[in-house]
Amino acid sequence: MIAFIIRRLVQAALVMLAVAFIAFAMFNFVGDPVAIMAGQDLPAEQRIELRKSLGLDDPTPVRFARFVGNAVQGKFGLSYRTAEPVGKMIVERLPATLELSVMAMIVALAVGIPMGVFSGLYPQHWLSRAMMTVSLIGISLPTFLIGILLILIFAVMLGWLPSFGRGDVIRIGGWSTGLLSVSGWKAIILPAITLGLFQMTLIMRLVRSEMLEVLRTDYIKFARARGLSNRAVHFGHALKNTLVPVITITGLQLGSIIAFAIITETVFSWPGVGLLFLQSVQAVDIPVMAAYLVAIGLLFVLINLIVDILYFVVDPRLRSQSAKAGAK
Amino acid sequence: MSSPKLLEVRNLRVEFPTRRGTLVAVDDVSLDISAGEVLGVVGESGAGKSMTGAAIIGLLEPPGRIAAGEIRLEGRRIDNLPYHEMRKIRGRQIGAIFQDPLTSLNPLYRVGDQLVETIQTHLPLNQAQARARAVKLLEDVGIPSASERINAYPHQFSGGMRQRVVIALALAAEPKLIIADEPTTALDVSIQAQIIQLLKRLCREHGTAVMLVTHDMGVIAETADRVAVMYAGRIAEIGPVQDVIKRPHHPYTVGLMGAIPAMGHKVERLTQIDGSMPRLNAIPKGCAFNPRCPKAFDKCFRDRPEPMPAGTSQAACWLVQEPAHV
Repeated sequence: MIAFIIRRLVQAALVMLAVAFIAFAMFNFVGDPVAIMAGQDLPAEQRIELRKSLGLDDPTPVRFARFVGNAVQGKFGLSYRTAEPVGKMIVERLPATLELSVMAMIVALAVGIPMGVFSGLYPQHWLSRAMMTVSLIGISLPTFLIGILLILIFAVMLGWLPSFGRGDVIRIGGWSTGLLSVSGWKAIILPAITLGLFQMTLIMRLVRSEMLEVLRTDYIKFARARGLSNRAVHFGHALKNTLVPVITITGLQLGSIIAFAIITETVFSWPGVGLLFLQSVQAVDIPVMAAYLVAIGLLFVLINLIVDILYFVVDPRLRSQSAKAGAK
Repeated sequence: MSSPKLLEVRNLRVEFPTRRGTLVAVDDVSLDISAGEVLGVVGESGAGKSMTGAAIIGLLEPPGRIAAGEIRLEGRRIDNLPYHEMRKIRGRQIGAIFQDPLTSLNPLYRVGDQLVETIQTHLPLNQAQARARAVKLLEDVGIPSASERINAYPHQFSGGMRQRVVIALALAAEPKLIIADEPTTALDVSIQAQIIQLLKRLCREHGTAVMLVTHDMGVIAETADRVAVMYAGRIAEIGPVQDVIKRPHHPYTVGLMGAIPAMGHKVERLTQIDGSMPRLNAIPKGCAFNPRCPKAFDKCFRDRPEPMPAGTSQAACWLVQEPAHV
């Protein structure tokens, strides 16, 4: 188990190095930083001077090593657009995105799993058929359209929920949370639903097909033959066996929810990193884009690591396999 | 047959509605099992052996359904019970053992938890008592150091050991009848005999009756008190095991017995039955065995024989009535 985690950490470090290299390459290939910083009429000698003082003359490996060294300490330089430290900008906005993403995932799981279980248990029921049809809509409608529709209904027509922003934010240490105020909760509902709807339908369909698969297995038949109650058979024996793929998908999707919250954040003017990224792209603010890339890469790697560990918790067969592998 | 009947199956018919018409998997099957008795059920694949077993414990896979007949357990009709009533009978009154021990146990739960869960479903025991009983059961089925192995997961057992766990699970609530559907087919030959001996011993000790579904005549000869030979969804012959083996009446049974190599006899070739069992959607008129029967005569192609007394057995064959054709 520990050997496995160490192995995974080494892999994760390699992945991060690759991501960092791509981020680093952006500085070199998307325009010349000196040309961006300095005006057009700066004399050539001063240009060379500036280049030297910024360390841009050094060989590429040295510059990459310096970039990685700074990145590890959370230093990504100053934003071209606002002249603020990039690390600080990202860290300030990350809580908003993480809260939104986690809420979206909770909504997706809390609604998607029960719906999937139900439609897996009673595939012929009219409600299951209705859910399958509605889930098709959920999968095929683009996020921004759902967001705009929700705003139209609940913010404009009914006036129940705000259409933009995070509501009142309370700071706890370095973390700003909207989940401790009523207006914060009201503000997160619509974007969380918008962001989670696709995942919800995905999870529902996944759980449904896994349930149908598992219910056909011999151990379910044997569990019934032992006279266990339906609840024990369905939720104890069947559901647990569907969880491994659900965990995989949830992990991968949580990563992509965070990374692709950009659209939802834009629609709801949600002050998260997605919105920041979009503003930075418009302003060709390369340090922010590079830092965003590294931050999202790190989140993906961390989530995947957690998912791999969760497999071990759910499935005892993996535990003994790794024990055997470790003994060799 | 004066002993009270534990299980009575009367004119059981199991149908599978399909897009291309209804398939009759079990047709007009009647059989009895007395308390403590071992009834062997043999036949080729698709003869309806397993379907009969599944119908008795009420676990036919939809769309399969009992279309006619009745099943009585100690005189009480059980084939038409609602699901939650039948659930209380399963495990408590009728246990089941399936073919493949590798897939019968839930891979994600410790064997002890699966035992305790089953015990507590049926018996009013608390956690500690149920656990003590689970250890006892594992010891009974011959699992070494049961008190430690109770915490193991199914994948940590070999196939034979897993089938022992399955037997322990089937016996957990002391059912009166166990339906063992090919309990040794998936095991090594060397393990098969052990498992059969174990099943036989435990059922004798607990007074449990067994319906042993198999296609292994050797197992039947060693284990069963009576045997039912099934062919194309019907019972071809049923009777005390020694009589059926030594003096078979139905030509199909005769063919089956001829296909078993006997110890001590020097035989050049084993006899075989030509052809194969008809598909369920193409069962011939009259006796289903008539295309393969060496002794078929005109009546066999016209009328379907019902089981009729033949010595100590019953055989569904017109030859029993008209021995002139033998």
